[in-house]
Amino acid sequence: MNVSFWRYTMLIAGKDLRIEGRSREVLYTMGFSAALVVLVFSFAMANATDPAQGPITAAGVLWAATLFTGTVALSRVLDRERENESIRSLLLSPVPRAAIYLGKLIATAILMLMVEVLLAVLVGVLFSAAAFAHPIWLVTILVLGTLGFASCGVVFSAALLRARSRDALLGALLFPIVIPVLLAASRATACLFDPLAPDLEPVGFWTRFLLATDVIYISLGLWLFEPVVAGD
Amino acid sequence: MTNIGSPTDTPFKSTRLLVAAGITFVLLVLACLAIADAPLEKVMGVVQKIFYFHVPCAWLLLLSTFVCAGGSLSYLFGGSERGDRIALSAAELGVLFGLCVLVSGPLWARAAWGVYWQWEARLTSSLLLWLMLIAYVLARRYGGSSARRLAAAIALFAAVDVPLVYFSVRFFRSIHPNNTVVATLVPGMRAAFWLSLLAFTALWITLFIARMAAENAQGRLVDLELRLDQAEETRS
Repeated sequence: MNVSFWRYTMLIAGKDLRIEGRSREVLYTMGFSAALVVLVFSFAMANATDPAQGPITAAGVLWAATLFTGTVALSRVLDRERENESIRSLLLSPVPRAAIYLGKLIATAILMLMVEVLLAVLVGVLFSAAAFAHPIWLVTILVLGTLGFASCGVVFSAALLRARSRDALLGALLFPIVIPVLLAASRATACLFDPLAPDLEPVGFWTRFLLATDVIYISLGLWLFEPVVAGD
Repeated sequence: MTNIGSPTDTPFKSTRLLVAAGITFVLLVLACLAIADAPLEKVMGVVQKIFYFHVPCAWLLLLSTFVCAGGSLSYLFGGSERGDRIALSAAELGVLFGLCVLVSGPLWARAAWGVYWQWEARLTSSLLLWLMLIAYVLARRYGGSSARRLAAAIALFAAVDVPLVYFSVRFFRSIHPNNTVVATLVPGMRAAFWLSLLAFTALWITLFIARMAAENAQGRLVDLELRLDQAEETRS
């Protein structure tokens, strides 16, 4: 991977973020959906939360909302390439496919992370979680969890670009694959959110697990993106 | 145009399936006799005999995943249609044997642990593996032709999960019996276990041959229909 590879990657990520900066379509719809998911969980579990289970519930809601709304970002970032068949031009351009994959991954992850900050605040308020007691750890886990989710999601979303019932299939196919990421991320976050016993040892373990999963998933994504999108 | 069924495919030989089915039947009968004859475990009693069903099914879930990943790999990188059919057949068998694992496991767990389900690493990983194979089959059934490559990618992601399933006992604290339990079996139990494993593997091979034959026949049918359409177009 030379300098031009990273330049192409950043150009593709920058293009998607610039389009989003002008329309703000994904951010607004994702942000609103994310807030609604947290509120729905909050209404459904109102007055039923056991204080001992509070951090676990808060972390679970944060990551469930991230996954549900993450599919919106995945759909839209790739959908824009379907409009006017620009995906064909992108694939025909002399840009390495791996750079296209990484560019899309970075753009999706940045959009998701922006919404996750809002989610963390909402969860902290509605579920009385110590959301920002360990900000550096929280950001690390959010970044690693988001990368794990988006690394698979970009491959799946690109492969489903021309499929029938695309929106229904994306979640159904993606969620089983990313559940290890969800498990590790929500367990690490639950430890961080616990104000009484903030034991950081399991946080370290689950963070390393997330890092290893990310490395495996991103490697697989780089390897699979070309044959998956190039076919048919 | 995607070449779904090549006319050069070997026609289905029913003798191969009949031989496999015959061997499987004999092995299954022998395995049933050996399981009935195996000594009762002192603590668990007759419930322990689920082990002779549960472990072979778990092994076949793993085998199906690896075969599915191998087929997907040859399809995705080598363009092998046969690899694609192997992957689909193995994935369907994986869903079937995965269901057997996830039904027999909780039955044993209820007697051993007092609950049907525990969110511990190996159970969770097995469930995930099964869900991934269902995702593969769903993509193949409802995703259209463009989802075949995605399904292959799902199979490869699922294969990455296999080491997590098998070694999770060592990575996580777990209450599930670990992988060395077979070595500690008394001789009567060990014979029944290995015979059962062999019989179930033969069953998997038989079902795989039958499923592949159906896939090949379907491929030839599609190919014939395409050639018929082409012939009609030429005539008109």
